[in-house]
Order: sequence, then structure tokens, then C-alpha cells
Amino acid sequence: MPSLIRRTLIGRMLFVGTLVLATAFVDARPAMAEYGDVIMNNNSDAAGMRPAVFPHWFHRVRYSCKVCHADLGIKFKAGGNNIDMLKIMDGQYCGACHNGTIAWSVENCNLCHSGKPGTPTQVHESKSHELLSPAKPPVGKK
Amino acid sequence: MNSPFKLIHFTLVSALLVASWGTLATAAQPAKEKAVTEAKTETAAQPQTAIAGSEVNPFNRLMRVVPKRHLPPTQDGIHDPTNDSTQMLQTPLEAFSGLPKSQGDFGNGVDWVKALNESKIDARWDRNDPKAKPVIMDLSIVREVKGSMPGVGFPHKQHTQLLDCSNCHPAIFIPQKGANQISMAAIMLGQKCGVCHGTVAFPVAECRRCHDKAKPVAAKAPAK
Repeated sequence: MPSLIRRTLIGRMLFVGTLVLATAFVDARPAMAEYGDVIMNNNSDAAGMRPAVFPHWFHRVRYSCKVCHADLGIKFKAGGNNIDMLKIMDGQYCGACHNGTIAWSVENCNLCHSGKPGTPTQVHESKSHELLSPAKPPVGKK
Repeated sequence: MNSPFKLIHFTLVSALLVASWGTLATAAQPAKEKAVTEAKTETAAQPQTAIAGSEVNPFNRLMRVVPKRHLPPTQDGIHDPTNDSTQMLQTPLEAFSGLPKSQGDFGNGVDWVKALNESKIDARWDRNDPKAKPVIMDLSIVREVKGSMPGVGFPHKQHTQLLDCSNCHPAIFIPQKGANQISMAAIMLGQKCGVCHGTVAFPVAECRRCHDKAKPVAAKAPAK
């Protein structure tokens, strides 16, 4: 009798394990970040840093597009601005606000450099990125 | 000997039910209904494995998976959850809580123009001067398009609320009538309107948002 119970117990545990595995596979969906989030990885991976994530939505709540895209001269192109930390520290690009006066300063490395390592430069959910990037496997396939 | 095993057994089954089918867990009663819940577990296991097999409705594979909305940075798939600072970032849900919703479930799901007009957001026009106001140009350009699609009315007003003339002119659009060739293909590939629309401004998912002008021919047709 105990052996039978143990067998069913093992069976149960195997079943639980299978379910957990199955859930893990079902949950393997594409990234669900906000529309327009920009991942900047021109130099980060090579420098051993996490890529920087720019949440567009956070900034558009607080600033007009014009502030960054006209006053600061940031081009409408992810990865097309050649931003590096030296320029930021000199007060260009992100550094115009991220200087400890308007927004957090550059010492808080990991607040911006918070992306998953290896994520390529892109605008999340961008139509042109979707169409021009290498074909993804169909949904549901690995 | 028997009862501790039974207890562990039952605890496992309940834990499984709580994890997978929260609604079923409420039905899990001790001892008497155990057999019933077990039977339910077995039958419910069938569809679960079928989904995991990933061969369900293969003809539907191009359908877009509706993403979960406004997940916190630790779960959004692009932030590194192992980075301690990720947890300090504001969550989208927190920021969007009081903002008007857009029609249709795309983009951020926020009607940004409405949010700005209703002062739900206070987007600074100058990064140092909170009082600076935009120079608004209220001029709509109507573009007739080929085919049966309605024409496009381009409102300068909503665009100059957020942008400077130099953002679009002359690099993206030559400020001259008839000088700009625009096609949906170019827009989809991120040119012309597609520089912003499809990247951060509302995506080209609902044709009528831009193609909102009736054709002159259609206007002459008898009203229904």
C-alpha cells in the first residue's frame, strides 16, 4: 500500500513538473513593453553594460516632442544619433536634462542601462522594424 | 503511515489547483470531494497539453497575439529584471491611470491629443521654462488620394501643439503643394508620416483616423 501511494505521489509530482514546464513554454511570448520604447545598444553590449532603455511614454507625458527632437537635435531614428556617455556628460542629448538638475544625473547608471543584455537597438513595436528586421519564426513556434 | 502521505498528496493537488486553475481551487473541498477534484484535474490536463503542443489552428499563425498591456518594467520583456534599478522605474499603468483611452486597442492605448487638450498631461514646450507655450498653426491640408480611399486631412494644429516646424520641414515634407509623394508602403517602412506614426505616434492600424475626408464624388451621391 505505501509503495502504491508513493508511486501515485511520484506520478503527481511528475505531473506538476510537466505542467510547470508547459506553462513556461506557453508563457514564452514576445516582449510586451510599451509602444515606442527605444532600446539603445550601439555600444552597451561591447562595453559590458546593459543596453539603455528610453521609455518614450514617460517622456511624452512631461515634454513636447519638440524639446528633444528640435531643441536637442535628436533625430527620429533609433541608433542614428551616435550618443555616447561623453556627449551626455558634456550636456548633449540625454545630458541636457539628465544632469542632476532637471532629471537624475549620470551616476545612476542602471536606471537607464536597465535593458536585457543582447537586445538589439530598436523601437519596440515599430512597424518599420517589424517589416525590415530579419523574419521572426511564426507565433507559437519556437 | 497512511495519513501523512494523504495530507501531502492533498496539499500537492490543492497547490496545483491554486496555481493553474484558481477558480477550481475554490471548489476543492477536503476528503469527500477529493475524488471529484482529481477527476477535474485529469480532464483539465487534456487541453493544457494540447496548447503546449503548439499545433492548434496552424492556419491562424499570422494572427497577432494580443499582448498584455502596460506591464511593469520588471515584466515587460525588454528590461532586465535582475537589475535592481529596474524596480525603481515608474510603471506605465501608474502613469496612464488618469489619461483618456484611445479608440481601438493599439499604441499605448492612450488618446494623447485628448490628454493634452484636457490638460491631463502637461507637456513642457521648453525644458527649462514651464510657462513656454507652443506656436500653434491651425491649417489643415487635404490630400486627395488614389483609388477609393477617402482623402487625408492633415491637421497642422495637433502637430504644432507638440512639434516644431523644423521637425518635419523640409527634411521629411517639402513645404510646397504637390511636392511630396507619399504612399502607404513608404509609411509602413518608416518614411514620411511613418517616421512617427507606427513608431511612437498612433500606428497605422485604423485607416479612418487619417483617411477621414469624403470623396467629392461620394459627397454628390444621394444621402442614405
